[in-house]
Amino acid sequence: MLISYQKKNKKKHHHLISSQLHSSLQKELLQFLLECCVGAAEPFYHPRRPHEVFLNPFCRPACQHRCKTRSASSQVYSAVQSVVGSLHMAHTEWKDAPGLPDFSLLKRLARDQLIFLLEQLPGKKDLFIDADLMSPLDRIANVTILKQHEVDKLYKVELKPIVSSSDQLCFLIRPRIQTVKWISDLVNADKVAGRFRRYKIIFTPQKFYACETVLEEQGVYGDVTTDEWNFYILPLDDDILSLELPEFFRDNFLEGDQRWVTTAGSALRLLQSVYGSFSKVYGIGRCAKMVYESWRELMEDGEQRTRQPEFAKVFLVDRDVDFVTPLCSQVVYEGLVDDLFRIKCGSVEFGPDVTSSDKSIKVMLNSQDKVFSEIRNEHFSNVFGFLSQKAKNLQTAYDKRRGMDIQQMKAFVADELKGLKQEHRLLSLHIGASESMMKKKTKQDFQELLKTEHSLLEGFEIRECITYIEEHINRQVSMIDSLRLLCLLSITENGLLSKDYRSLKAQYLQSYGIEHLLTFANLRQLGLLEEQQAGETLTVMESKVGKLVNDKTVGKLTDAFSSLAKKSNFRALSKRLALVPKSGEEYDLRVPRDMAYVFSGAYIPLSCKLIEQVLERDGWTGMEEVTRMLNGQEFAVTGGSSSSEARSKTDAQRIVLVMFLGGCTFSEISALRFLGKERGCRFIVVTTAITNSSRLLEALLDNSA
Amino acid sequence: MTRAKPEDDEYWNSSKFKAFTFDDEDDEFSQLKESKRAVNSILVDEDEDEDDVERVSWSGEPVGSISWSVKETASSIRSGSEQSFPKIDTTPSLSKQGSGYSLSSLFKAKSKPVTEAFRKIQATYAPELRKPKSDGKDFVSDLSPEETVRRMQKGRPFSLEKFRSLQDKLLLLDEAVAVYDGNVITAVSQILFRELMARDVALRHYVHYLKEMGEQKLLLMHYKEHLNIKDEGRRRDFLKSCLSLPFSQDDATHVQDHYTLLERQIIIEASDKKADAEIFKKFPRKASILNMPIITTLYYSCFYHYGESEGTFSSPSNIRKTFRISEKQYILTALGARAKLKSWFDVDSLFNTKNWLGYTKKKSPIGFHRVVDILHKNSAPVQVLQEYVNLIDDPDLKLSGALKYKCHDVVINTYRDLKDRQQLIVYREKLERDSPEYRKIQELLNNVQIRWKN
Repeated sequence: MLISYQKKNKKKHHHLISSQLHSSLQKELLQFLLECCVGAAEPFYHPRRPHEVFLNPFCRPACQHRCKTRSASSQVYSAVQSVVGSLHMAHTEWKDAPGLPDFSLLKRLARDQLIFLLEQLPGKKDLFIDADLMSPLDRIANVTILKQHEVDKLYKVELKPIVSSSDQLCFLIRPRIQTVKWISDLVNADKVAGRFRRYKIIFTPQKFYACETVLEEQGVYGDVTTDEWNFYILPLDDDILSLELPEFFRDNFLEGDQRWVTTAGSALRLLQSVYGSFSKVYGIGRCAKMVYESWRELMEDGEQRTRQPEFAKVFLVDRDVDFVTPLCSQVVYEGLVDDLFRIKCGSVEFGPDVTSSDKSIKVMLNSQDKVFSEIRNEHFSNVFGFLSQKAKNLQTAYDKRRGMDIQQMKAFVADELKGLKQEHRLLSLHIGASESMMKKKTKQDFQELLKTEHSLLEGFEIRECITYIEEHINRQVSMIDSLRLLCLLSITENGLLSKDYRSLKAQYLQSYGIEHLLTFANLRQLGLLEEQQAGETLTVMESKVGKLVNDKTVGKLTDAFSSLAKKSNFRALSKRLALVPKSGEEYDLRVPRDMAYVFSGAYIPLSCKLIEQVLERDGWTGMEEVTRMLNGQEFAVTGGSSSSEARSKTDAQRIVLVMFLGGCTFSEISALRFLGKERGCRFIVVTTAITNSSRLLEALLDNSA
Repeated sequence: MTRAKPEDDEYWNSSKFKAFTFDDEDDEFSQLKESKRAVNSILVDEDEDEDDVERVSWSGEPVGSISWSVKETASSIRSGSEQSFPKIDTTPSLSKQGSGYSLSSLFKAKSKPVTEAFRKIQATYAPELRKPKSDGKDFVSDLSPEETVRRMQKGRPFSLEKFRSLQDKLLLLDEAVAVYDGNVITAVSQILFRELMARDVALRHYVHYLKEMGEQKLLLMHYKEHLNIKDEGRRRDFLKSCLSLPFSQDDATHVQDHYTLLERQIIIEASDKKADAEIFKKFPRKASILNMPIITTLYYSCFYHYGESEGTFSSPSNIRKTFRISEKQYILTALGARAKLKSWFDVDSLFNTKNWLGYTKKKSPIGFHRVVDILHKNSAPVQVLQEYVNLIDDPDLKLSGALKYKCHDVVINTYRDLKDRQQLIVYREKLERDSPEYRKIQELLNNVQIRWKN
């Protein structure tokens, strides 16, 4: 039997366990290893190669612990000891992954402030909640808490006349003009009807002057009291924090409205005051720069808190630095679930096709789900093997009941049954989900779609790709997928040739409606779908001139040219950062060698690669060409925390906070988790919202009133 | 520009992505099915422990969650039709203490120890809430632009009264922009815009100026207005009015198309609404054709108006010509519509071409594997599928198509031609015993004249 583990130098090391071990014992050993390694760090085991197991050194403590607490047969025990011994060697080279700060504090903070605000309006009241606030609110409070603070009835804000007999109305809303206008209308209607009520608007995460101006203009300013609920951050999981502001993306990048910049700055300030200051801040993007400035202003203003920092480095990145990654089909389990079922606020609704019953179930997907937490970051192709192994284990565990006496049975029911049942429920859910996803993907010829995406990423057989996209449009298959492929084509090719652009646009409008004209204008504005301009010919000139002068001059020339034509430069970036692995050898998805595994080994997410490079270099030095191609706007600042403290080798030094402005995908989160494991550090993702290709493009559609 | 380098070729011929396919014939998938059976077959005692399973309402929301509760309120309003107001909740309120139930008492009641850090944070955040926001009301009108913007950012009292002159207003705006605070920028812009609004003439000039500048986005925003018009006649008239706007040449064609399309759709809709031809009875229309995309309109016309002469607006050929639809697109759409109606004769004639000797031959601007796919999705019988599978050029695609759509003859003949005895034996096992296909393989395997390669 072959036990392999990875050493820090990334070479595979094998540990051969003496083959005289009886095959039944081998099985037991394998079982044992799988059981204690999962959860600590995924082991890689493939049913097709039953005599080989690949272990991550991080599972050593778990092995050792299990060895002590669970009686194993002496032969297996000694075998495990020997594995543990050799893992120890590998492990000492690695650092233990640092623990994460406790983010539940943020939930309590938000809940307590909400309670405080509700108490500002004593007595019974009806509460109206913005639809998109309901799920976030659900994560931090429940009906009981609201009732305890005299909330009588709960309503969803629907911008329609209301039916409420309460004398006090409280509105919990996002600061949107439309909603405030609706509230003003309600107040004015009450006035006409001679009805007296008290009104209170609680804006979250902050109020905007524009909203108050509406109240003033509608003549209800004095009748309505307003407040702010600074619910900036919702922890979605141990390592995911969300601002739950999907509109951030369109407002900031398309409309050029900076209203949320301070919100993001305030979120960072909140994190800093709860978890300590940072030693170093890196960032790239126009918005990232503004957020950093805003945050700095806020901190300068407030009192300096000197606490032991719980994380030390921060990386801010704009979504428009990397549009390629969110446009790719996701193939990591969590990303795939999001693409197909849409995870909303950390929860997903599985329909009858998954549950094999007539009802749908809502499930929380996070690290609490023991089955999910082990497969979430896996490439979909590994999930089957894992689930069937789990199913077998479960069967074995249940089978233990046979031949038990009363006493044993009692112990079994008390200690194990509940856990087994829970696992059984989760396992059948995820098997159902995998099956349903497989069916859906087979139906839409996913394989062909992926092949096209990979060709585009590599810049190979572009004509064939265009033909494929054209047929996709012609057949009126998914409007969003067609748009997604068009955008990928445009970004990877630095814009479409004029004749292709016109022809594909015309066909798109024919298939999905001419009203998409405005959608195309939006995409063009963002640089997602462009026609190659006359400026493109500059590139040719640029390279010709480049041959005549030295590198520095070329750099200056490129600067000048790129200011003339905003280009994505994907191909050049991909080459420079080695985003598309070139090797001809097979990519073993069970043993990922880099972050490219999240896209089947075809592409390393640009955003994550940038983070990796900057952390490695502790700044942007040596990446001048890359940042130039990304239109500059990069920065690296040494933060306020005292340097001696920052130098100390604390866990905090290995916790990196990454803030995505404009949304982040689950594939990126998986890639960062992988990177963290590789480097012995942990990433915490702060995002304005979780996004994926559909959400990103839907935010830019303009085909309905 | 995309000439492949030799290593690219090598790369693509290698099996980098072959390890896993999204194909339900894959054994990984059958493995999954097996696991499902296994998991489902595990007997679990039916008594579900209450605390283990989340209680969910009929809609799947956990009972007691806010989303669930909101839905409950909504449905109680709907069901309580005899009352104009919802019932007053008679369930005992959990909070008997009333308003005396304060934040601090809640803290005391907490059983979990509050960490020191948390207490500190509470102290920094909570008092700020209680702090009256009215410090120094008198001097706020004498503040500099910089100070005013800072105050606005922090939510302290401020006054914009002082900024009377345009110069001052612009200074204020510059300051707001400089601090990247969108909230403040909008607030300051609002006062500037109000000035503009107050001068109607100036506003009109400005709007006209934007138009003259040929602001394409602005023109498109105007065009978008049509989506707010519900009445199709008025919508058509609005689109007509858009035709004179200075769109880019490219977009002008599309807007023209949009107007023409709606105009035609209104005519077709009016006549088809009362049409009593056989086809309308057999396949009643599910929705109106108004405001549908061009291709959907073409499909509709291929479905209900196939074979009409080009002179009528509703005929496929008229639509094809009017909107310059490519041959490929036309064939795809017509194929879909005729296959849906199971008019295999029409399907055949879409691809038939006569050569100079008068022989008919099938030709297609789209790959025949695609044609087969569409036919299959419209549940074409095996005989029809078989004919088109045979037309697939690429031998690999042909075999995989034949296997996928169970065209036994094609599969058997292909293996025979490849002299692949082993594959034939494997395939035989998938067939029903004594079916004609089974016997055919049997005969081939018994044929001593074939020189098998394996």
